[in-house]
Amino acid sequence: MKHKPFQLTVSPDFAPTSLAGWHIFNTWLQRSLDTRIHLDIYQDFASQRQAIRNDAIDLIFANPYDASMLIREKGFHCLARPGGRSDEVVIAVRGDHPASTVEGLEAGMRLASTDDPDVHMMGMIMLEPANINADNIERRICSSYVLVAKELLSVQSEVGLFLAEAFYELSKITRRQLRPLVQSQIQVVHHALMVGPRMQHLTETLLQRLQEMPQTPRGQGVLDSLGYKTWEAVEEEDVEFMIDLMDTLVG
Amino acid sequence: MNSQNLEAPQSGGRTFTLHFFDGSSRYVPVVDVEEPYPDGRLIVSRTDPGGVITHVNQSFVDMSGYSEAELLGTPHHILRHPDMPPAAFKGLWDTIKAGNRWQGYVKNLRKDGRFYWVYATVIPNLRRGKLIGYTSVRRKPSRLRIKECEALYPTLF
Repeated sequence: MKHKPFQLTVSPDFAPTSLAGWHIFNTWLQRSLDTRIHLDIYQDFASQRQAIRNDAIDLIFANPYDASMLIREKGFHCLARPGGRSDEVVIAVRGDHPASTVEGLEAGMRLASTDDPDVHMMGMIMLEPANINADNIERRICSSYVLVAKELLSVQSEVGLFLAEAFYELSKITRRQLRPLVQSQIQVVHHALMVGPRMQHLTETLLQRLQEMPQTPRGQGVLDSLGYKTWEAVEEEDVEFMIDLMDTLVG
Repeated sequence: MNSQNLEAPQSGGRTFTLHFFDGSSRYVPVVDVEEPYPDGRLIVSRTDPGGVITHVNQSFVDMSGYSEAELLGTPHHILRHPDMPPAAFKGLWDTIKAGNRWQGYVKNLRKDGRFYWVYATVIPNLRRGKLIGYTSVRRKPSRLRIKECEALYPTLF
């Protein structure tokens, strides 16, 4: 008897262009595990979290901000992370903005960011040296980093928070008109592929297949489409450490 | 604590003998020169339940002036600056031993006697309900808060 397909989803902070890669990944995954998996894409973090709460997710490429809830409340296990990649944040202004450092920014400004929780949190931490906090800014939430850039260029907002990867993927023309004030170098905060309770029996096989990807042309092609070089196994203590670190930053 | 590993203080420095809660004491050279906190970095360390360092990141190594090998296995109070009131650390330990998060502004001492200010958060690390140690993350503080601490801390001795 066929089982109900497992549900795969990815953190909604990815650009629509990279979603094609996840569809290719899912096709590869179903063949590799010989099982049915449906890729569900959620438009925002709120709807994805609701699906997690409803136990509607079995495999997730998760934002680090959600790792604690997934592991401690929903019984997920962290499996792997893209090799050598971490989530870093760029704080940028328009090229003609008078501030040359974060300390040059002033309370009361308009700040553009997406609803990406780890980027917003890390960005706000980097604004603390300027005595800027959630209570003394006007936050404008955009649905993509391209729109964050547009907010700055149209002077709707004075400062923007970007996932570093997304900032450097902006068009050259856009980037030339922006100026990064600071980029984080935190290194230990990263997205991760996490497995839910219904798929736990496939964990070992899945990790093996992920790690073997660079060894076959097909696997390498899938990695290329995701923009990753490898998948690295994540030890339980490594992810517990990341959760502890996130806990120190929240609140 | 092995004080002979410390470099000699730069000219114009002060010297102190610090006494710690574990009964140890340490002679420290102090130079009143600030090392600026680098933008965008987090200084991260972990200790065992007794406060002995088990992990440091590169930012910790860079800012402290010690090598990773010198830091691992050493009590975290290797960074204790004599300008920090003991009451601040008592408050820290009382808070985290009770299982809670502690946050505060701390003036840290580098190996070369210079100092750097941080905004620190310390949390207990629990694994299946058991305390295995503490994680401390420091970030860049605002100058406004540092000025307040510079005025307040001398009154707490």
